[in-house]
Amino acid sequence: MMKARKFFAEHIFPPLLGLGMFVLVWGMVTQTSENLPGPMKTWDSAVVLFSDPFYQNGPNDQGIGWNVLNSLGRVGIGFSLAALIGIPLGFMIGRFNFLNKMTSPIVSMLRPVSPLAWLPIGLLVFNASNPAAIWVIFISSIWPMIINTAMGVRQLPQDYLNVARVLNLSEWKIFTRILFPATLPYMLTGIRLAIGTAWLVIVAAEMLTGGVGIGFWVWDEWNNLNVEHIIIAIFIVGIVGLLLETMLVRIAKRFSY
Amino acid sequence: MKSYVQIENVQMSFSTRQGEFVALKDIDLKIERGEFITLIGHSGCGKSTLLNLIAGLLLPTDGVMLCADREIAGPGPDRGVVFQNHSLLPWLTCFDNVYLAVERVFGATEDKALLRQRTKEALALVHLSHAEQKYPHEISGGMKQRVGIARALSMQPRVLLMDEPFGALDALTRAHLQDELMKIVAATNSTVVMVTHDVDEAVLLSDRIVMMTNGPAATIGEILTVDLPKPRNRLALATDARYHALRGGVLEFLYQKQAKEAA
Repeated sequence: MMKARKFFAEHIFPPLLGLGMFVLVWGMVTQTSENLPGPMKTWDSAVVLFSDPFYQNGPNDQGIGWNVLNSLGRVGIGFSLAALIGIPLGFMIGRFNFLNKMTSPIVSMLRPVSPLAWLPIGLLVFNASNPAAIWVIFISSIWPMIINTAMGVRQLPQDYLNVARVLNLSEWKIFTRILFPATLPYMLTGIRLAIGTAWLVIVAAEMLTGGVGIGFWVWDEWNNLNVEHIIIAIFIVGIVGLLLETMLVRIAKRFSY
Repeated sequence: MKSYVQIENVQMSFSTRQGEFVALKDIDLKIERGEFITLIGHSGCGKSTLLNLIAGLLLPTDGVMLCADREIAGPGPDRGVVFQNHSLLPWLTCFDNVYLAVERVFGATEDKALLRQRTKEALALVHLSHAEQKYPHEISGGMKQRVGIARALSMQPRVLLMDEPFGALDALTRAHLQDELMKIVAATNSTVVMVTHDVDEAVLLSDRIVMMTNGPAATIGEILTVDLPKPRNRLALATDARYHALRGGVLEFLYQKQAKEAA
């Protein structure tokens, strides 16, 4: 009994209090504005919205569930392609100093560029908006994967390499038994950063490209002046991002030695 | 009969920013089969460098190094190394850490069942059969070091090279592992070269103690033969006059002839 109460006081109560105060401040702020919907109005709208998340009324009017799934799909494809290319590239850059010196000016120069700046290139090359959005996700998530994987390879402790030398292991065994497992935690950090950025960028990309997706949905609701839905979208994007992050932290914990 | 390990006129220098740094010079040492040699000296005297040269992790700038009549041109499984910090791979179980070594040496000629049996035997030798499926972070420092020894022994090396293997352990665990090492070496008739900075450890374990002068350009100062009968018992030796005489000899070399000011 005491234990349950202590757990509640330490772990449940503080976040609940924070959320409660957040809603309170939100309610107070909206009292002074006519256009911004308050918590109650948004809640009512959300109940209606989530009562039928998977309806389909043609290409421009689909349930919120479809919008989120479409966005997740784009992020999934762009992100997977980035992993497929970025991780092996990171391994090679980390292992061979020549390659590192060769690529580092390019990576350093392109990394700070907003991924959205690549959207027109995508539209030009692919001639369609959906691949262009995926292309933007690809660009935004490839940098953290290259950089973190390469860093993991470079930080491989000399001890492990000595073991490899003393046992005279083959290159393949060095990779599977030493290099890959030692680099895995760094790689997972890269993946986590990448998926965070990708989810951040997809909203903006979809606002520009249109189609079914949470980003375009926000833009569409703005044009409808349905501000409740925009606020709901903000919450959805936040919660999905949080879930993705939590999932990857769980996986990373499994592989920390 | 030719010596098992032969080191002739070996010199080792490193190029540093300040120019050439001579770590070792004029090293001559012959090690017989089944001998237990310890290298002792103040820190910075190059005893680990000498061990790494025998291991093949470093190549000498000058001189000849032979192991079983073959030139030492790089690391090889005929020389098993036990590192000071155990160097187990943390993502592999104790069993898999040893298996990695066994597979490398015997994988081409033996089937999996035999390889697994060799691994189990090596772990049984260091009394760790119960911890086979544990990961390194789940066992104590002394146990990790024992896995390291099992890994080195599992390759059936010609020479077992140990770089301050018990340096990071507490005194009681260290004594326990020294006793175990004596039994293992007696049972397997291994040839051992061990780096240490512990005088008692050197006298207890060695057939010969190689005492090194201070660096830079360190070399072998004296070689002390320890003719105490085996098996040795640390309790009996504690009151043995010959043991104390030998111990005194090493101490005299370290603190009188090669006295070093506190760095």
